[in-house]
Amino acid sequence: MGTLNTEPNLPSPDDFYEQLIGAHRDLSDEESALVNAKLVLLLANHVGDPEVLAQALAAAREGVGPQR
Amino acid sequence: MKTYTNPIYPYVRSPDQDAGPVRHPVVVVGAGPIGLAAAIDLAQHGVPVVVLDEDETVSVGSRAICYAKRALEILDRLGVGQRIVDKGVGWNVGRVFFRDALAYRFNLLPEAGHRRPAFVNLQQYWLEEFLVDRASELEDIDLRWSSKVTRATPRGERVELTVDTPDGPYTLHADWLIACDGSRSPVRNMLGLESEGQVFRDRFLIADIHMQSSFPTERWFWFDPPFHPNQSVLLHRQADDVWRIDFQLGWDADPEEEKKPERILPRLRAMLGPDARFEIEWASVYTFQCRRMKSFRHGRVIFAGDAAHLVSPFGARGANSGFQDTDNLAWKLALVLAGKAPQRLLDSYDAERTFAADENLLNSTRATDFITPKSRVSRTFRDAVLELAKKHAFARGLVNSGRLSVPAVLAGSPLNTPDADADFPRGPGAMIPGAPAADAPVRGPRGEWLLDHLGGEFALLAFGDAVPAGEVAALAGAAIPCRVVQVGGGATPGAVRIEDAEGLAARRYDGRVGTVVLLRPDQHVAARWRAFDAMRVRAAIAHATCND
Ligand SMILES: Cc1cc2nc3c(=O)[nH]c(=O)nc-3n(C[C@H](O)[C@H](O)[C@H](O)COP(=O)(O)OP(=O)(O)OC[C@H]3O[C@@H](n4cnc5c(N)ncnc54)[C@H](O)[C@@H]3O)c2cc1C
Repeated sequence: MGTLNTEPNLPSPDDFYEQLIGAHRDLSDEESALVNAKLVLLLANHVGDPEVLAQALAAAREGVGPQR
Repeated sequence: MKTYTNPIYPYVRSPDQDAGPVRHPVVVVGAGPIGLAAAIDLAQHGVPVVVLDEDETVSVGSRAICYAKRALEILDRLGVGQRIVDKGVGWNVGRVFFRDALAYRFNLLPEAGHRRPAFVNLQQYWLEEFLVDRASELEDIDLRWSSKVTRATPRGERVELTVDTPDGPYTLHADWLIACDGSRSPVRNMLGLESEGQVFRDRFLIADIHMQSSFPTERWFWFDPPFHPNQSVLLHRQADDVWRIDFQLGWDADPEEEKKPERILPRLRAMLGPDARFEIEWASVYTFQCRRMKSFRHGRVIFAGDAAHLVSPFGARGANSGFQDTDNLAWKLALVLAGKAPQRLLDSYDAERTFAADENLLNSTRATDFITPKSRVSRTFRDAVLELAKKHAFARGLVNSGRLSVPAVLAGSPLNTPDADADFPRGPGAMIPGAPAADAPVRGPRGEWLLDHLGGEFALLAFGDAVPAGEVAALAGAAIPCRVVQVGGGATPGAVRIEDAEGLAARRYDGRVGTVVLLRPDQHVAARWRAFDAMRVRAAIAHATCND
């Protein structure tokens, strides 16, 4: 079981960021939410490792709303 | 209703009503599916049972329709499986639609070599009628209709009951009381006990309609279909050209309004098309709950079925799990009553069946949360899953329109003897201690299926002539008898000899020459070894009956 990699791992961060925002071009907030959800699911399946996913979920939630 | 007329079972005055309080070893409250199964199972073990039901007929209206493979196997053992299968409609395939397109299709029983399909659909009233017929064949069952239990008071070694009848009340004493009196369980209330859990904030219109249709015999589930936007719909075929349709309505729907034909008909027309010809058999509006009692045994009162645990119908885990309750309980109670096992054997009923109930509750709760998302974001994720499922295999595993009933593997049961041999498989479907026995086609004296030869009492499934004749006789003659069922090999006097018709028994049990598998009377694996050892088998039987 792995550990979530939070060190720089994207070969070209600016390119990815542009792609990510581009993926939402011309979408309503609702459509964007759907695209984001699909993206999360696709990536989660690609990662597969339940420990890495649990760490990613915790890291994403950190600092947002009441902490659990 | 056009296709079914409820039988009326007349009230008959019992001689107990003219005697002082008569004492019975076992009284079952409730002649629903689970109470009837409990009574039949106990009677088959030679235990006399009184069954009390406040009503005078079987269930009315739209209730259970889907009986799972394991429940059918239990019903086979109780002598009603074949009638249910003959009358009902079997199915293995389900389809899930999202909006106007098929998201995916699944097969719940992709392999051959099992007597029973994944599911048989049959209206609950038929099932109950067949169970009543079977119960009437058994002399040890005293089934009393129009007999309502109004008081249940535990008094040390027995339970005192007040039974109300058309002739007025009388008192009965029970050494053991099995409460199968349904989700509202009056007995539970009389004992001041509770069933805790949650109500789902959603409503469902459940319509049974009579219709000639070319829909295949499959389970069809729609999320957000064009004919019923934003909600889900479920379609099932039942016997006699009756179809079950569940329309999700949402929490704000008015249950009284929605029950009216003028509200139902347009929904059905939108779904089935303007030309479909059908008649409504029955329609009602439900909310669903998931809850259970903390413990299913309270001294000499034992709870089973909906009285003990309640799930939403998505997954068909209600009656199906109730049958597994009584399957688990009957042999244990029979041994306790015969003085062959201590009362604490009944605590294993509680341990095993609360474990199974939690599994059912978890599955049913998750399905209900998927079908009725509780927040906007969970709705978004749900729709994302459904959209992805059309194209990507991985997402199909996330679609949850009900995880359909499969029996619990009692891997943590205190009655198991853990594997001593390291080379047995342990993966999904493996016959580990606690697993329900897999079926396989065989040729043998009791029929063409392995499960025909197991159950009722302990059985030792032996691959090849692993057990010497003297030991076969010793096991059969023990206080708690165990029959040896021998697969292949040479002749062994006393052993039930079967042939592994397609090699599937050996494959499913990982049976090599010499392998022996000990099965409990409820067809769950208790222990397995690579070689027979009389001492170890006796110890495992003692362990599985709390005699160690
Ligand atoms: C819409 C719907 C769909 C379902 N679909 C499925 C499905 O597909 N598959 C499945 O497995 N399950 C399904 N279920 C669940 C299933 O119907 C129940 O799990 C099952 O009926 C439970 O049986 P039971 O014997 O425990 O209780 P019940 O069937 O409720 O029987 C209780 C009995 O106790 C009697 N009784 C009550 N109080 C007293 C008293 N004081 N004295 C004497 N008698 C009393 C009643 O008359 C009744 O006969 C469904 C349920 C619903 C509502």
